[in-house]
Amino acid sequence: MCFPDQEPDRSHTAMKLNGGQALIKSLEMEGVEVMFGLPGGAILPVYDPIIDSPIRHILVRHEQGAGHMAEGYAHATGRPGVAMVTSGPAATNIVTPLCDAMLDSVPIVVITGQVPSAAIGTDAFQECDTIGITRSITKHNELVTSAQDIPRVVREAFHIATTGRPGPVLIDVPKDIVDPRNPRSAMEWYWPESVDLPGYKPTTQGHPRKIRDAAALIAESRRPVIYAGGGIVRSGASEALFELANLLGVHVVTTLMARGAFPDSHPLCLGMPGMHGNYTAVTSMQQADLLITLGARFDDRVTGKVSAFAPHAKIIHVDIDPAELGKVRRADVPIVGDVRLVIEELIKIVREQGGRDSQPDRHEWDAQIDAWRDRHPIAYEQGWDEGDKLKPQFCIDMLRQNTPDDTILCSGVGQHQMWSSQIWKFDRPNTWVNSGGLGTMGFAVPAAIGAKVGQPTKTVWAVDGDGCFQMTAQELVTASAERIPVKIAILNNAYLGMVRQWQELFYEERYSEVYLSPDLPDYKMWAEAMGCVGMRVEHPDEVVPAIEKANSIDDRPVVIDFRVDSEEKVYPMVPAGASNDDIILGPAQGPGGH
Amino acid sequence: MAPIAPPPHHILSVLVENKAGVLARVSSLFARRAYNIYSLAVAPTDDERYSRITIVVDVESAPLEQITKQLFKLVNVVKISELSPDESVVRELMLCTVRAEPGTRGQVIELVGVFEGRIVDVGHNDLTVELSGPPSKLDDFEDLMRAYGIVELQRTGRVALAKLEREVPRLRSLGRVG
Ligand SMILES: Cc1ncc(C[n+]2csc(CCOP(=O)(O)OP(=O)(O)O)c2C)c(N)n1
Repeated sequence: MCFPDQEPDRSHTAMKLNGGQALIKSLEMEGVEVMFGLPGGAILPVYDPIIDSPIRHILVRHEQGAGHMAEGYAHATGRPGVAMVTSGPAATNIVTPLCDAMLDSVPIVVITGQVPSAAIGTDAFQECDTIGITRSITKHNELVTSAQDIPRVVREAFHIATTGRPGPVLIDVPKDIVDPRNPRSAMEWYWPESVDLPGYKPTTQGHPRKIRDAAALIAESRRPVIYAGGGIVRSGASEALFELANLLGVHVVTTLMARGAFPDSHPLCLGMPGMHGNYTAVTSMQQADLLITLGARFDDRVTGKVSAFAPHAKIIHVDIDPAELGKVRRADVPIVGDVRLVIEELIKIVREQGGRDSQPDRHEWDAQIDAWRDRHPIAYEQGWDEGDKLKPQFCIDMLRQNTPDDTILCSGVGQHQMWSSQIWKFDRPNTWVNSGGLGTMGFAVPAAIGAKVGQPTKTVWAVDGDGCFQMTAQELVTASAERIPVKIAILNNAYLGMVRQWQELFYEERYSEVYLSPDLPDYKMWAEAMGCVGMRVEHPDEVVPAIEKANSIDDRPVVIDFRVDSEEKVYPMVPAGASNDDIILGPAQGPGGH
Repeated sequence: MAPIAPPPHHILSVLVENKAGVLARVSSLFARRAYNIYSLAVAPTDDERYSRITIVVDVESAPLEQITKQLFKLVNVVKISELSPDESVVRELMLCTVRAEPGTRGQVIELVGVFEGRIVDVGHNDLTVELSGPPSKLDDFEDLMRAYGIVELQRTGRVALAKLEREVPRLRSLGRVG
């Protein structure tokens, strides 16, 4: 029995918290170790309990940095990255990373502050319709309306971000429900043991009959190619892919997002296909009679002109996102499911059927591929005579040869990104951190910081363009202050190089608005001003010593300004909208092509 | 010149969680992918956790498949069915104020009767008619009324339910839930 004014004492069962405390505690429950962010009025009540939390908070200099750091962390670790920022301008600053994470299926959770519930809709100071703005660039977003909902919403956010096709989830938190001075922030702590989302049930197991159909198609194919995409990395399917490729003896192309998903050192690896892919990867897809498409999405940068893409190929397409199946190219065997689980099932079936011995003789095809490979390798020419310019490819090549095998490589967007993906030899998944889908300049520096935070024992290098670097370089201040020793190689070609390349090839060398002075800013001094070690390299002879010096520094960030040849172009190239058959080979890549 | 075939209508019946902002998610998904919504009707269902959105779109089947797949990616979307016009009951409601001066009033009233409409408001020279039914019936009525002069007209979006199966005993159909 209970008297009206004598509430039963529930303090031993339920802990009373305020919303801000509940939010931080929920992140702890999710196993969050680190978050990236920058406080402000609306989110201040959530920043307060961070002092009492074991979670490490890294104070960024610009919210875009926080978002890309969370992405870099996720790329390098496979675990969700977390960023927290305030309302209004902070929320708009993090829009780019959200869109970036959406297109590259990167699991991140972003928390934004919002004006108090009562002020929503009044154009209050720093109010912004964050939910509206980010609706189409998040996997899901939610405005929390009650403090009591916080643990549930956080639990759901991590679940949605990391399962199915991973992606960004945003939680918008009005100030009143986290502010201890407001009665609306009072809540009774609980932790939901499970999530209840009736509309969200990703299919992970592939349909057994479809997988059998796939095995049958493979067993009929004379010219198959495995087309491996970023989904391999996201689902942790690299080992399974390795086994499958070996079992079948089928060559593998790894897309820009999948570099490292299958080791470049393996004889079956063909490297990157697409607009700047190598001749063999592009052409073998064009000539294939079967594309075993695993966690890839027929991006236009891979297919070129879709109607002319791999015209003779039947398609097996495995993806966890049903909307990818048939979106660009109709699949003969579409399989919805987690790519790792599907590959594992496929392996079982191929084994049952006799493994490699059950496969047709593909000598001719393999020989053809080898011939292409010999004839058109990715190549560059570094001259050593006086007056010979430093080649960007040479810098990347030397970087690769003089860094540990498990080095994580991050890049910005532009020519340096394409050279990195072409020349670096990737041997492990999660070692290539890059903005593929959105192509976000300014990604490299903050992503490298996030990657290093997630993998502190690994060497993390970023290869950046001089244009990209100037977009987010200030995050090196964050890195210095937080003692995060990343290493940045700027390939300083004095231009927005990739744009210049297009102007050269398609705009009659009318170089409009792409020149960046190589000396302004002085990158060495700028790096030093930000607490980093700065170096400048102008001659091929200086490249390796500078890299070795950078590798020996591990108490602060290092920036090397490589003064590279402005005229160097990325080859091969399939012009935008052209057929992959019209691939243009560069001067160093042998005859053939156009 | 060959007449241009009207774009195909597809009726999607979308069960969504009854949460704030879900309609905005659904409609902005159409906008983002540049698909036109022909008509839209939303209301709660008998289960307070869910609402039903009936969307009519004019697209070819292939993009439609892509649209439904994209829609289904929305976390709050629980179920999507496409209702074929032949196998579903489709209704729309119209309110129409039409010119009905003393000379023509009788004719208008008679036509309203033929269409089983109801006169819900009467003015000196106008009548307001309420009419519900399949969209084609409303189209016909609208055509006829144009001759008298339509003052104002408002139609709701379409709502639809799948037709009941005929072979199975009626009791079983009724007993089915969800
Ligand atoms: C935020 C953003 N703005 C513009 C672009 C378009 N864009 C793509 S590559 C590029 C040039 C990059 O120049 P730089 O960083 O110097 O690298 P480089 O191509 O010279 O290696 C530009 C402007 C982009 N991808 N991202």
